Amino acid sequence: MEQNPQKDDRGQIDSADLHIGPEYAVAERDVAELLTGRVVSGSSLWRDAWRRLLKNKLAVFGMVVVILVVLGSLIGPTVIQRTTGYAYDAIPKDASLLKSFPPFRGPDGRFSFAHPMGTDSAGRDILARVLSGGQISLMVALIATLVSLIIGVSYGAIAGYAGGRLDELMMRIVDVLYSLPYVIIVIVLLALLPAKTPTAQLAQLFFALGAVSWLTMARIVRGQIMSLKNQEFVLAARATGVSTPKIIFRHLVPNALGPVIVYATLTIPTVMLSEAFLSFLGLGVRSPRVSWGSLAAEGAQNLAVYPWQLIFPGLTMALMLFSLNFVGDGLRDALDPQARRD
Amino acid sequence: MLRFIIRRVIVIVPMLFIIVSLTWVLVRLAPGNFYSGEKKLAPAVEKNLREKYGLDKPWYVQYGKVLKNIGRFDFGNSLKYEGQSVNQILLRGLPVSATLGITAYLIALLVGIIMGTLAALKPNSWLDYASMTLAMLGISIPNFVLGPLLVLLFSLTLFWFPPALWNGFPSKSLVLPALTLSAIYIAYIARLTRSGMLEVMGSDYIRTARAKGLSERQVVTRHALRGGLLPVVSFSGPALAFLITGTVVVERVFALPGLGNYFINACFNRDEPLIIGIVAFIAISVLVFNLLVDISYAFIDPRIRY
Repeated sequence: MEQNPQKDDRGQIDSADLHIGPEYAVAERDVAELLTGRVVSGSSLWRDAWRRLLKNKLAVFGMVVVILVVLGSLIGPTVIQRTTGYAYDAIPKDASLLKSFPPFRGPDGRFSFAHPMGTDSAGRDILARVLSGGQISLMVALIATLVSLIIGVSYGAIAGYAGGRLDELMMRIVDVLYSLPYVIIVIVLLALLPAKTPTAQLAQLFFALGAVSWLTMARIVRGQIMSLKNQEFVLAARATGVSTPKIIFRHLVPNALGPVIVYATLTIPTVMLSEAFLSFLGLGVRSPRVSWGSLAAEGAQNLAVYPWQLIFPGLTMALMLFSLNFVGDGLRDALDPQARRD
Repeated sequence: MLRFIIRRVIVIVPMLFIIVSLTWVLVRLAPGNFYSGEKKLAPAVEKNLREKYGLDKPWYVQYGKVLKNIGRFDFGNSLKYEGQSVNQILLRGLPVSATLGITAYLIALLVGIIMGTLAALKPNSWLDYASMTLAMLGISIPNFVLGPLLVLLFSLTLFWFPPALWNGFPSKSLVLPALTLSAIYIAYIARLTRSGMLEVMGSDYIRTARAKGLSERQVVTRHALRGGLLPVVSFSGPALAFLITGTVVVERVFALPGLGNYFINACFNRDEPLIIGIVAFIAISVLVFNLLVDISYAFIDPRIRY
């Protein structure tokens, strides 16, 4: 395999960032040395995974698309505004421009680069709207995933470490919540308690979506912690007088990170889809802010006459979800110990 | 087995209680009410209406009434659709949603299992890659984008199917909504079938079946599918909850008079009895369905004992 110094650097930064306990790496290397009878060069779990991920063409394609869309969303709206003067919410002053132009068509009906995705019914540039919608969609997805990560990891780690009655009770609660039609309750919540400001509305979305998507994470983390908690390094930590919360969050959770990262990557598209679904129903992101879901909702209403209003936001979102799912699947294959056999 | 069923049935009651109470509290905590809409009623009229629906009573009387009504499976009268009981509306919306959901799920089972099995029988072939890419597309295209796109293609360009119409089952009007709803389940089921079948095909009992000289077709249909489809069966439980979410969108996109559409409208109108009625109904169906799925495991996989 070709050696790329940059990749190795990244691998080291990764493992340092993720607080991989030295116990784990050492144990793995010792076993490998015993089995193969030769000294194994220090190739960490994360560097191996990264290498496997780069071999997966679909995952690499996904990562490239995700990076492009994220960059486009972050700087795109500003660039468009600076170069052409079209802000995502700028309605043209000239009344003759207050209508929906097809992609690559100027007001005179001839080819033009002004609006590569056309304009919406109020004459606003759809490319600028799709890119700034991406900002909101990505932000909601990331923060809601973070919320679900925090709840799920803490809940699962505590249940797994405590064991016994408490574990039984906490997991029964998860089972019960699993079988609830929670989307229905989220709809009731968002429809009946509309926030005063668009920002408060966003915050409400983060928590509503995060609060309902932590269940699987809790189960995964609990399983991991249960298999780790009887290992020697936990005993060693306890013997040296480390407090229980510190054992859970500094020693056990970092060692369970692989599955957590995989599942978090797969949660992002799910949450993004839920946000779009709620926005489509008119319960999520509200005007003047836009998200891919609210743009698709707008476009679906004008479908018969101005199909490009739906097609561009819809396909951008589909492409993003497609790529995120490939990255998540690729990560799972790269980090899953069972897949490592081949 | 019987003890397991009884225990699960007993759990359903407190869960239903929690869901209904949560919804009731949300409806109550929310600022404003059904009568604070755009059309202001004369105070005397509003007072009379409130008396008629029992909204003038203290909160605990109203809450008690809600719980008592659910016990009798009678959810009172809708505030918005005057003179109609919530039960009548449920009975009107349910057949639409159920027809749509069941048709979509059957399509998904049929197509998904075939796709997944074909992919698993020839892993890493072009067939495998094609069906798994198709499955990933199904997961990635949201149904509220897929639906309008299908309408654009098949209704507004080719004129094959009506864009928004409900003629029940079977009719042309069902094709596009059912396809839209089934896309994501086809994808999930194909992926689940593939991984389930791949695991089973390498197991000992398949080798035994082959060793006794069964044809490959018999090995697959009689032995492998039974074990390989277990993940698909366990997916059927959560699938119902997803299907309900899906029908909300699809009914919205195709303007179908189903439960989902009534539910969204009830939320926007603050039609309290209708909201609680639909939530309770959905909760009961999901809970009962999950129980049935758990019981059905035991019949499919003889290794499972409760």
